[in-house]
Amino acid sequence: MKGLEDRQLVALIAGVLGLLVVSSAAGAVLSRRVRSDAARATVANLNARIRAWWAMVAVFTAAVWIGPTGSIVLFALISFLALREFVTLAPTRREDHGTLFWSFFLITPLQYVLIGARWYGLFSIMIPVYAFAFVAVSNVLAGGTERFLERTATIHWGLMVCVYCVSYAPALLVLEIPGFGSRNTRLLVFLVLVVELSDVFQYTCGKLWGRRPIAPSISPNKTWEGFVGGILAASAVGTAIWWATPFSVWEAGLMSLAITLAGFAGGLILSAIKRDRGVKDYGSFIQGHGGMLDRIDSLCFAAPIFFHLTRYFFTP
Amino acid sequence: MIAAAVSALARLVAGPTVVYRSGPPDARQRIYFGNHTSHLDFVVLWSALPAPARKRARPVAARDYWEKGGIRRFLASRVFRAVLIDRPSQEGAPAAGQGRVAAARQAIDMLVAAMSGGDSLIVFPEGTRGSGETVAPFRSGLYHLCLASPGVEALPVYLDNMNRILPKGESLPVPMLSRVIFGDPLAPAPGEAKGAFLERARGAVMALGGP
Repeated sequence: MKGLEDRQLVALIAGVLGLLVVSSAAGAVLSRRVRSDAARATVANLNARIRAWWAMVAVFTAAVWIGPTGSIVLFALISFLALREFVTLAPTRREDHGTLFWSFFLITPLQYVLIGARWYGLFSIMIPVYAFAFVAVSNVLAGGTERFLERTATIHWGLMVCVYCVSYAPALLVLEIPGFGSRNTRLLVFLVLVVELSDVFQYTCGKLWGRRPIAPSISPNKTWEGFVGGILAASAVGTAIWWATPFSVWEAGLMSLAITLAGFAGGLILSAIKRDRGVKDYGSFIQGHGGMLDRIDSLCFAAPIFFHLTRYFFTP
Repeated sequence: MIAAAVSALARLVAGPTVVYRSGPPDARQRIYFGNHTSHLDFVVLWSALPAPARKRARPVAARDYWEKGGIRRFLASRVFRAVLIDRPSQEGAPAAGQGRVAAARQAIDMLVAAMSGGDSLIVFPEGTRGSGETVAPFRSGLYHLCLASPGVEALPVYLDNMNRILPKGESLPVPMLSRVIFGDPLAPAPGEAKGAFLERARGAVMALGGP
C-alpha cells in the first residue's frame, strides 16, 4: 500500500487512466467511421493495442501499489519473458543448453535479488563482469567450438538487453536522491510513462503524417514525421510533469529527450535483430503489440541511461 | 489441480503458440499423433487442447520410463492417466520374431481397451524421441489403432522447437517459445496398405511443420 499514499503519484496515474478513456473512445469512433479493408485492419489493431494498454496499466499500477517488491517481481517476470523470446530467435546450439538454463534460473533472479538488497556495487556489475565470464566459461566447458564466439556473445547480449538493462527500471527505486525522500516510485512511473508515450506518439504521428521512412531496411513503419512528432510530444509531456520529479522544468525536458532518443534507438536495434532473423514480432504475448520484447524494446535502452544520468547529476 | 499446475509450468517454459488448422478440436474421441523430440511433448500438446477435449485425452507413454521413480509414476497414473505400454525394442522385452509381434499386439490391445471407454489418446508413432531435424518413420501401431477403432479421427499435430527446450539427454529445460499446430483429421482409406497410410500420416505431420 506504500506506493499510492503519494498524491502526486495518484495524479500521474489518474492522468494515464484519463488518456486511456480518451483513446478507447477515439478507437470506438474510428471503428465506426472506417470504410476500406486496409483501414479497418489498422483500426482493429489499434483497438487491440488500446485494450492491451488497459491491462498493462492495470498490472503496472498494481505492482507499484504493492511497493518496491511488487515492482521488482514484475520487472523480473518481464525479463524472464523477454529473455525467453530472445533465446527463441537466437541461433544457439545444443552445447549452450546448460549456460542457458543458468541464465534463466540463476542469473536473472539474482540480478533482481541484488536490487531488492540495494547492493548497487554488485547489481551494476554482476552481468557485465561475472555473467560475462560465466557464459564464456560455461560454454567452453560444454565443449564444441563451432561458432563459439557468436553463440557466447549472443547469450551475453541477451542477458544484457533483457535482464541487465530492464532491471535498471526498478533499480530507480533504490536510488537515494537528497531531498526526494522515498518518493522514487514517481521516477519509475516517469520513465515508463515517457518511454511508452514516446512509442505511442511515434506510432500515432507516423500513422497520421508518416511519409519519409527513417530506416527502410530495418523498420518500414518508422518515419521521420513519426520520429520528430513522437519525440517532441513525449518530451513535452515529460516536461509538463516535472513537478512529480526531483528535476526542474528544463532538467525534466532534457531527461525526457534523453529517454525518448535512447528508446528510439532501442526500438531500431531490436528491430534489426528481428529483420535479420526474418520475423515481424518476437512473440504474441501481448495482443496487438506482439511479444514482450516488442513492447519493451525502447525501455531496454532508456532505463540504464536514465538511471545513470539521474545518479550522476542528482545523487551525491 | 496438479494437472493444471504442471500444465501452467509447461506453458511458462514452452510458451506455446497454438494453431488449429481446422478449428479447435471438440470433445469427440480422437487419436492425436505428433512428432516426438522431448519429454515435455505430451504435456505441451495436452495443455494446448481446449478443456473439453483435454479432459478425455490420455497420453500413451513408455512403461520403462514412467514407472521409474515415485514422482513419474504419480504423474503418469494419477495426473495424466497415461496408458503405459512396453516398448518392443526395449531391453527386457522380447527382442524379435514372434515375441516381439506378441508384445506389439498386446500394446495395441491395451490401447484399444483404453479407447473403449470413450477416451482420446495422444500417441507419438516415431516410438522414440528424435533430434528434431527430421520426423522418423512411423511404427505400425497407429495404423492398427485406426483400424481397430473405425469412425475415430486421427489428428496430426506438429510440435515445433521442443527439441531445443528439453532435448533428449538433458534433464533441465530452457524456456523458449514453441508452436503446437493441429492439422486436418485423416483415417486409413478402404484398402489402403499399412505402409502407405503410415507414410501419409507422417507426411501430414511434417507438412504442418513446413513454412
